[in-house]
Amino acid sequence: MEVIRPMTKFLLEKKPGRGMLLFGIAVVLMVVIMAIFAPIIAPYDPTKSTKDVFAPPSLKHPMGTNRLGQDVFSRIVWGSRVVLSVVFMATLLSMIIGIPLGLISGYYGGKIDRLLSIIMDSIYAFPALILAIVIAVVLGPSPVNTAIAISFVYVPTYFRMVRGQTLSLKNQLFVEAAHAIGAKDREVMVKYILPNLGPTVLVVFTLSVADAILTEAGLSFLGLSVTPPTPDWGYDLRVGQPFLLDGYWWLVFFPGVMIMLLAMAFALIGEALNERISLGVR
Amino acid sequence: MSRGLGRYILIRASMIIPTILILYTVVFIFLRILPGNPILAVVGTKSISPEQLEHLMKMAGLDKPYHVQYFEYLWNILHGDFGVTLAFPMGKPVWDYLKQRFPATLELTIWAFTISVLLGLLTGVLGATKKGTKVDTSMRLYSIIAYTLFIPWFGMMLQYIFGVKLHLLPTSGRLDPGVHLQTITGLYVLDSILTGNWDALVSAVRHLILPAFTLGIVLSGAYTRLVRNNMVDVLSQDFIRAYHARGVPPRKVTWYALKNAFIPVVTLMGLQFAILLGGAVLTETTFSWPGMGTFIVDRIDYRDYNAIQGAVIFFAFFVGLISLIVDVIYAILDPRVKY
Repeated sequence: MEVIRPMTKFLLEKKPGRGMLLFGIAVVLMVVIMAIFAPIIAPYDPTKSTKDVFAPPSLKHPMGTNRLGQDVFSRIVWGSRVVLSVVFMATLLSMIIGIPLGLISGYYGGKIDRLLSIIMDSIYAFPALILAIVIAVVLGPSPVNTAIAISFVYVPTYFRMVRGQTLSLKNQLFVEAAHAIGAKDREVMVKYILPNLGPTVLVVFTLSVADAILTEAGLSFLGLSVTPPTPDWGYDLRVGQPFLLDGYWWLVFFPGVMIMLLAMAFALIGEALNERISLGVR
Repeated sequence: MSRGLGRYILIRASMIIPTILILYTVVFIFLRILPGNPILAVVGTKSISPEQLEHLMKMAGLDKPYHVQYFEYLWNILHGDFGVTLAFPMGKPVWDYLKQRFPATLELTIWAFTISVLLGLLTGVLGATKKGTKVDTSMRLYSIIAYTLFIPWFGMMLQYIFGVKLHLLPTSGRLDPGVHLQTITGLYVLDSILTGNWDALVSAVRHLILPAFTLGIVLSGAYTRLVRNNMVDVLSQDFIRAYHARGVPPRKVTWYALKNAFIPVVTLMGLQFAILLGGAVLTETTFSWPGMGTFIVDRIDYRDYNAIQGAVIFFAFFVGLISLIVDVIYAILDPRVKY
């Protein structure tokens, strides 16, 4: 409770960007609830065909049905599980690799720093989606592999940010004091510098999740994420495209809107947090 | 060009070599060392004799130890030899495809890039000059929405509206069937102007509009933000107040401010170009645009590692070249950069 109260106060404080923050949180909560309670919320089995084929949105099928008669709304509800799990796995992985490397690089400096920096900068400068495609092709289509592919391209994002922060933190008085009382390098990094990275990591986390959602959708649009009949937003968009020109707009409209709504929600949270903590990231 | 600038370009160019080498190594590790046998991946479940397999491995240069392959392939690339395709058709030089596909991607990205910068400048300047008003807020919203648009979805919606419903614009390809164009550079708009082929020009431009705007609008959001924030900074500086005090027309002052706010935008252009190439893959796939992106995606289905590797390394060179160009432009524009 003691932690929650200042947090809610912090979130609800009347500052510019409160609307953005609340909207973002609401959308994320909605999608998370959708994913958890998918069996209850979805009116149909997302992989089973109903008798209606290419039915337009109606009361019976709120978002219509596809060429196999599958209910689009049910597929969207179940699809949220794939997106959320892939993106969170991926971001967690890139944090686990990127943050320690950034800490070490920034703290020790020297040759190790130069080597790591040039590797990370090179990867950072290259189109993330294209690199993710290469990795996903090699690993083969599966949600776990997609997560690995995405995590690889976002490691530099965390590395660069943590390295920069560590560089400026390591010369501050409290770090010097820690050295003075005999703290070892590892202790200084983990106990003194790492906790101070919290706010920055939070902002970079929300912004990179927004990006990762679009990358995940891109990979699955190219057929590199799930195998049919698993419901997935990006993949359903690809499957629906040939029928768009015949006028079946609902096959692509709804999955796409969900992808963007979720990405936008994280981007808005990131923006608002960035302003509140006033870091000037991005 | 001064001698100093020439030396600067040389030094910057040599700094790009490690970047390209690192990307080459990453791609090499992923495509050649990590997985199983790429030949078997192409052949799939079909059984082939060990002799056939050996022959195919030899043809693809995969029978040698990794360190030999690493340097041999690098050496070949520097001579324009990107290996041969592994499937459908087998044994065709990858370079032939790249040569043919790259101009299509270049044309799309040049137009999309131009659109994104112009839109970004326009919306950013609007936001900054109307700071704190509803216009500013809506420009900010535009920036976030543009940034999170999913390219295939946005492209399909434009296809649906302008292609299916209004019958205004074509939704796929680069030219109407039946229109002939003698290619010189492979950039169709340029080629049709060079050859005075007006039918082709109209057709090429009409085919470009939807994909270029799809990609351009999505990428404009990042500029909106940056231009707005820089402009707000510049507009609050003393020299701007001095202009106003001397009675310089507001429109002119905005122009002077924009010139000052533009330098950081050049840096962003370099980073944006990489994102642009990633976005081009999705845009090309959505609009069946016969570029590098659709080439890579086509090759995914055949598991043609050689072709994918070639295309990605080609992209790495291109990204390196762009970042060099951006650095040079920056050095020329910003008098504070010493070279």
